[in-house]
Amino acid sequence: MRYALLLYAGGYRGEEGPAAGPGVYDNWVDYTRALKDSGALLGAEQLQMVDTATTVRVRDGERLLTDGPFAETKELLLGFYLIDVPDLDTALDWAARMPFIGFGTVEVRPAKTDMPWREVLG
Amino acid sequence: MTGDPLERVYREEWAAVVATLARRLGDLQAAEDAAQDAFATAAVVWARDGVPPNPGAWLTVTAWNRTLDQLRRDRRFAERAAELYRMAQAVGEEDEMGVPDDRLRLVFACCHPALAPEVRVALTLRYVAGLTTREIASAFLLPEPTLAQRLVRAKRKIKESGIRFEVPGPDALGPRLSGVRAVVYLVFNEGYAASGGEVLVRGPLCDEAVWLGRLLYRLLPRDAETAGLLALMLLHHARSPARVDPHGRPVPLGEQDRTRWDPAMTAEGLAVLEDALSRRSPGPYQVQAAIAALHARAASFAGTDWAQIAVLYGQLARLDPSPVVEVNRAVAVGMADGPRAGLAVLEPVLAAGTLDGYAPLHVAYADLLERAGDPGAGAAWERAIALTHNDALRDELRRRRGYPEKS
Repeated sequence: MRYALLLYAGGYRGEEGPAAGPGVYDNWVDYTRALKDSGALLGAEQLQMVDTATTVRVRDGERLLTDGPFAETKELLLGFYLIDVPDLDTALDWAARMPFIGFGTVEVRPAKTDMPWREVLG
Repeated sequence: MTGDPLERVYREEWAAVVATLARRLGDLQAAEDAAQDAFATAAVVWARDGVPPNPGAWLTVTAWNRTLDQLRRDRRFAERAAELYRMAQAVGEEDEMGVPDDRLRLVFACCHPALAPEVRVALTLRYVAGLTTREIASAFLLPEPTLAQRLVRAKRKIKESGIRFEVPGPDALGPRLSGVRAVVYLVFNEGYAASGGEVLVRGPLCDEAVWLGRLLYRLLPRDAETAGLLALMLLHHARSPARVDPHGRPVPLGEQDRTRWDPAMTAEGLAVLEDALSRRSPGPYQVQAAIAALHARAASFAGTDWAQIAVLYGQLARLDPSPVVEVNRAVAVGMADGPRAGLAVLEPVLAAGTLDGYAPLHVAYADLLERAGDPGAGAAWERAIALTHNDALRDELRRRRGYPEKS
């Protein structure tokens, strides 16, 4: 099953700090390599800071641009991993071992299957 | 929820069939639909041909065949061929597996931490205990459509997010099992000391929790805390006949007619507790059960071993530190060493303020103040009454304060 692991900064109380915990990686290179070696990795990007974003809407045929991210919230979307694993527990385990997990939040969302547009991807 | 044994058997068969189908399909909704079909067919066929020797197996096979037929008719059958092959393999591996394993798998799926606590409770009561949506809604004072929606969303989440119908591996088992016990205990507490509504005790919910506890104990006989939870529930539930008077008024422990406590249930609870303790793996449920056992063995409130109960609450505080435990410990100390000693234990809890909205704290405080002859008792009783949401309990508190009876 495919999942998006969406990384957000914020969404926690307390001090910043790396999470102590079994299996938590301390750097992104090792984490990404482990994911790749497991065969689960489909894709990943780390995004530039939110003030580099541009938001696009089209209303009444007019293109409207906004300088900045979609949501002005304290929780900032930092990046994402796309993975293919057998079940939710496996996806949750990968999310819980991310280097930044001690001071961020990961949303784990399953991807839809059987969508017509996916046939384009081959 | 009735005590009708035939209905109980029906529900257990239904739950067992759903459990097996859910595991094979990874889909609780599909399992439920297939089970419903099979039971409807059984109603006709068994009336004509008699009940088969193994009704559960008949139902499971019928439901499974029906499911396969429908999948074959599905126009996307070709795409699902790999999936069907995998499912057929799963059935083939099952020869050694019995029904109890599937129900354990179902319990773990329903109690998965990715589901909200109230969702876990609803799923467990519906699919493991076999209660109807109406019965669950009524037990938790929810509108039936609300509960129905909750179940629909939960089943969709289980299927779409890939929650497996499996017993967790050794690394995850501890915390997951703890979560399962918490669900069962939540159901029990809601039945034992209802947080809202008119009556104090909702016996049928306690019955369901005890049933779930017995199932877990049967499926996981070597787990000390699972046994501890069952013992705790049995020992508490045994007191139910004495906990309300004929008018439905709550009777405090000190005034209960102990001859009305259920001796068989008490004996079962004590035996299960002994089994739990023999495993030398202490935990909070076992300690709470040991406290309940001391009450069960005492001939009277005054004759209870309060000093030992206070010690046990001290142990509980170390295992499961919480201000609520301190409140209970204060009550025990107040009985063992006098109200002033109990108040000394309660002072830091009151000062911390975290339990300001917790009625039992103020009930304990008021009771200790009153017994110590402290004039602050009156105000403490007012606070306790104001914070009590359960009608029966609040009325009883008002009565103790000398308010006129509501007509």
